Amino acid sequence: MQITVNDEPRHVDSGTTIADLLTELGMRPKFVAVERNLELVPRARHAECELAENDRLEVVTLVGGG
Amino acid sequence: MSDKPLVLGTHTLQSRLIVGTGKYATFDQMQQCLEASGSDVITVAVRRERLIDADGRNILDFIDLSRYTILPNTAGCFTAEDAIRVARLGREILEGLENPGSDWVKLEVLGDTKTLLPDPIATLQATEALVKDGFQVLCYTTDDPITAKRLKDAGATSVMPAGSPIGSGQGVLNPNNIRICLEYLKGDDPDYPMIIDAGVGSASDVAFAMELGCDGVLLNTAIAGAKDPLTMSSAMKNACLAGRQSFLAGRIPKKLYATASSPETGIISPSVR
Repeated sequence: MQITVNDEPRHVDSGTTIADLLTELGMRPKFVAVERNLELVPRARHAECELAENDRLEVVTLVGGG
Repeated sequence: MSDKPLVLGTHTLQSRLIVGTGKYATFDQMQQCLEASGSDVITVAVRRERLIDADGRNILDFIDLSRYTILPNTAGCFTAEDAIRVARLGREILEGLENPGSDWVKLEVLGDTKTLLPDPIATLQATEALVKDGFQVLCYTTDDPITAKRLKDAGATSVMPAGSPIGSGQGVLNPNNIRICLEYLKGDDPDYPMIIDAGVGSASDVAFAMELGCDGVLLNTAIAGAKDPLTMSSAMKNACLAGRQSFLAGRIPKKLYATASSPETGIISPSVR
């Protein structure tokens, strides 16, 4: 199914969870926070939160800033 | 002279200088400058994780999380709604890292890209919402005393007026407004913390802000953009301390005419030829 991650379209298998996606993307879960359709998904729920068709995800981390 | 530490809500700071982590040429340079600044609180931004990163390095690999309290900002947000989202995302990351900075945010809600000046109405709305959500809100704002008072009344942990626009290096452009802000915020609440955030260009700007009676200074570009960031970082640390001590010591009043420092008696007789 089709989703978007940080505005980039991406295909994932149905049943993919947020935790699966982060592994697929090679991201360290501790360093990121995830929003699904404008709602924050707490890290504790990444493993149970299954993605749905057309989900829009934001995956953010911390960067240098003032 | 002994000084009280700067207290921001539940956080007690050892240094009155808060520094940013942006714009450094390398993470290594950033690390050295953070060290030289003597700061124990450092700001970071929340941004999209790059989906493909050649070396996979993250700023968090270069920050000692047991030493620094991270203050996440909402830089780049132009609406209250986006600032609230970003604040929550930052909190989520810092909670996972068990850093004490997970309970506060440096709130920036900007009005436009040219000035990066804050949108005071959206800033107030975001402050109210974030305070309700349990955040300790450190509010970037203009030097307008009425706005400063409104933000304090809305529950801001600290009000942080800009000395001048972000990254402009113009220093404190309107010291009279800063004085009025200090009076309005601290008049009946002397321990309420007010920090100068943004616009600082040089060490004398930091010292001047502290001499006005501000409780701290937050800066980034003035160090990261200096020709020699490491030396400037040390200069900022010293200036912050010098300005604070100068404020506590109490300066002499300004007078129009001179007052001799040397004794006016016992002077030799004038030459008569």
